[in-house]
Amino acid sequence: MSKLQILKKYAKTKDNLINMLHDIQNANEFNYLTKDDLELVADYLDLPYSYVHSVTTFYTMFSLKPRGKNIVRVCQSPPCQLMGATTISEELKKILEIDFGQTTGDGLFTLEMTSCIGVCGVAPAMMINEDVYGNLNTERIMEIIEERRRAQ
Amino acid sequence: MKLEDLKKIREKHQKDLILREGDARIRIIVGMGTSGIAAGARETLNAFLEEIDKRGLVDVIVTQAGERGLSSHEPVVTVCEKNKPKIVYGKVTMEIAKKIIAEHIVNGNPVSSHVLEINQ
Amino acid sequence: MRKRLDVLVCGGAACIASHSHEIKSRLIDEIEKRGLSDEINIVETGCMGPCELGPVMVVYPDGIFYIRVSESDIPELVEEHFLKGRPLKRLLWETPEARKIVEDKKLVPFFEKQKKVVLSNCGRIDPENIIEYISERGYEALGTALTAMSPDEAIESIIESGLRGRGGGGFSTGLKWKITRKSPGEQKYIICNADEGDPGAFMDRALLEGDPHSVIEGMAIAGYAVGADRGYTYVRAEYPLAVKRLEKAIQQAREHGFLGRNIFESGFDFDIELRMGAGAFVCGEETALIASIEGKRGMPTSKPPYPASKGLYGCPTSINNVETFGNIRHIIINGPEWFKSFGTEKSPGTKVFALSGKVNNTGLVEVPMGITLREIVEDIGGGVLDGKKIKAVQTGGPSGGCIPAEYLDTPASFESLQKLGSIMGSGGMIVLDEDTCMVNLAKFFLEYTSEESCGQCAPCRIGLRQMYNILIKITSGKGELSDLDKLEEMAKTIQGASLCGLGQTAPNPVLSTLHYFREEYITHIEEKRCPTLSCLDLITYQIDADKCIGCTTCAKNCPVNAITGAVKQVHIIDMEKCIKCGKCFMVCKFGAVQRY
Repeated sequence: MSKLQILKKYAKTKDNLINMLHDIQNANEFNYLTKDDLELVADYLDLPYSYVHSVTTFYTMFSLKPRGKNIVRVCQSPPCQLMGATTISEELKKILEIDFGQTTGDGLFTLEMTSCIGVCGVAPAMMINEDVYGNLNTERIMEIIEERRRAQ
Repeated sequence: MKLEDLKKIREKHQKDLILREGDARIRIIVGMGTSGIAAGARETLNAFLEEIDKRGLVDVIVTQAGERGLSSHEPVVTVCEKNKPKIVYGKVTMEIAKKIIAEHIVNGNPVSSHVLEINQ
Repeated sequence: MRKRLDVLVCGGAACIASHSHEIKSRLIDEIEKRGLSDEINIVETGCMGPCELGPVMVVYPDGIFYIRVSESDIPELVEEHFLKGRPLKRLLWETPEARKIVEDKKLVPFFEKQKKVVLSNCGRIDPENIIEYISERGYEALGTALTAMSPDEAIESIIESGLRGRGGGGFSTGLKWKITRKSPGEQKYIICNADEGDPGAFMDRALLEGDPHSVIEGMAIAGYAVGADRGYTYVRAEYPLAVKRLEKAIQQAREHGFLGRNIFESGFDFDIELRMGAGAFVCGEETALIASIEGKRGMPTSKPPYPASKGLYGCPTSINNVETFGNIRHIIINGPEWFKSFGTEKSPGTKVFALSGKVNNTGLVEVPMGITLREIVEDIGGGVLDGKKIKAVQTGGPSGGCIPAEYLDTPASFESLQKLGSIMGSGGMIVLDEDTCMVNLAKFFLEYTSEESCGQCAPCRIGLRQMYNILIKITSGKGELSDLDKLEEMAKTIQGASLCGLGQTAPNPVLSTLHYFREEYITHIEEKRCPTLSCLDLITYQIDADKCIGCTTCAKNCPVNAITGAVKQVHIIDMEKCIKCGKCFMVCKFGAVQRY
């Protein structure tokens, strides 16, 4: 589906802006929004480019920089911290050989911190794109990352 | 849709359930809320389906539900058998799923080590 | 008053068949006869496991396991064990299996003490099958409201029930609907706030995933009551499964005529659209949420005007929380008197709490308001993990505070928690044990809220960051006593001068921990020491000469070569070079690395 076709699912009203930005970003292999994407949305909704840019930069889930195919979001909220999120974070940095905010050289993984993802009962937890993983420990993290690598 | 129609839908569903239970002796409900999925409920669901298929059990169906709430014991699975109390299991890994099929579903002995609750 | 003994009588099918109900009644009679009712708690539980040995009973706190108990044993049991403290040997089951069950059975009261109203369908029905929802009386409340009640009657019913907003505000839901209805304007809206951002809260997620139709039905009834034909559900993007289930449910509801035009042939039109958040905690605040739905940056606006009079697109809008909507159909079907029959006078009904942290049974707990925190943490939660001591319970997320262990017998209700300097908030309850550093915890919350500040007002944007900086100072050993006064002063300013609830409540975790755990802050400052060894910068590492065998593992693993020592000789850590990564502590197999 072309990007314009994605947009055409929505009425040309400003209240659809955030939903549109999500859809376009998800359609990009590297999980980000390009300048052209913002122009396209701005034109479609008949809004100034600067407006669309300002909304995009307000919300933390949108990125204007290319990211990996798999966005690894590690929950840093108190329940996860109490159950070992710091250790999990360190392990991931070691396994992926990157720091938070960075992307692996092969473009597969980006490591990000996130706030509560709502699975505090199975803390510590992380999300990779739309998949949620809980009860994490070193072996499980390694299995999960390996699985993702194989799935590419 | 009128209010009376709701009642008709409910009654039809009850009848369908009885009919289905004529075919399905046992219904296995796997909790598929995000807590459960994060703890491996998808793999558990697949393990049930595989084992049922492998053993050719035609009278067992597997469905999904949201989470019952006990996150620390996910994946949570409820086994409903006609005329018997419902048995709720916790920490149902793929291996335990296979054990439940072998011991509970086939041989009628609940796997007591993993029982969380029994409901009338 | 805390009871001295908890007696768990198995209520599993097999034990009931062996007369456990009669045993329970006899027990209750016997302890009443002996005047022990205030000291002894009798609880009927789900199946404990060894059905062939039933009826079974376990007495806590010692975990005494009795098997094959008969009614005639009860008087002797009460006399010998409960009164004289001598367990009845002939009924004892002392095997490894018994011990394991006793340990596991800490979870047994998890379901028993709960009262599932809002969550009654969760875990039982397939949320993607509307027929299963209808089978559980789904959409009957909507049908009843539309065909047998006027909008004003529906509003009165909700007002009469005493339902208060479950998102944290605790405002009378019925009153909000009334104000919205009475506000001038043809176009009105219903918004469901599903932007559950509080760390530790996941009640709304579970309800949206497990029973989305109950929320849809609640919204439709609200629409009817206030005179709105459009509703929006604003869900955070971090909940993709909830979004998916809700989308499917909305579609199915439309197909069956529960959403759309002329619902139940009453002439009432109502439809719902989904809008997603994009990672901004502040959008849980109602005016920011409205801005976000309108396609703007999620910046709050000042109130008044409140959304009920001027909300989405300037129209009267009733914004309610997911759990609040989940209560509506039950109140319409069962009536307001039913709702008031449990809970407290000022906080009727149930509340869903999300229990997490250092507790054995984590998850969602729906209980009548007024149950004590102790019952939630110990009875339902099964007590603290690894047998540690409880330190406090954090409630209300980043807007809340800590309830220390000595106040655990406080009832969970809007008014009681507020009295102790916390709030109920949306229902997140994080259990903290003796190893939790309260200063570090306050720092987490400040880190979070200062990041999530939308930035438009200085007290919040600058003040929270400054408070956070001070906490970093304190937890890295550079704090001064005057910092505590600065924190309190800044807190007051930020609370008083912030535009919205985020700023106004962000200082609460700091104020609460300062109030109850001031000595911990002082230890961090004056002794430059973290009593729980959580603040890494304040931990000193030292090698115990008696335990060190000179295996050199620690030296080899030290990333900064701060450890010196020859093979088979006691090693020494140079604290000047030490970066306190804790590697040596982790790799030493002889426990020779001490931390303090």
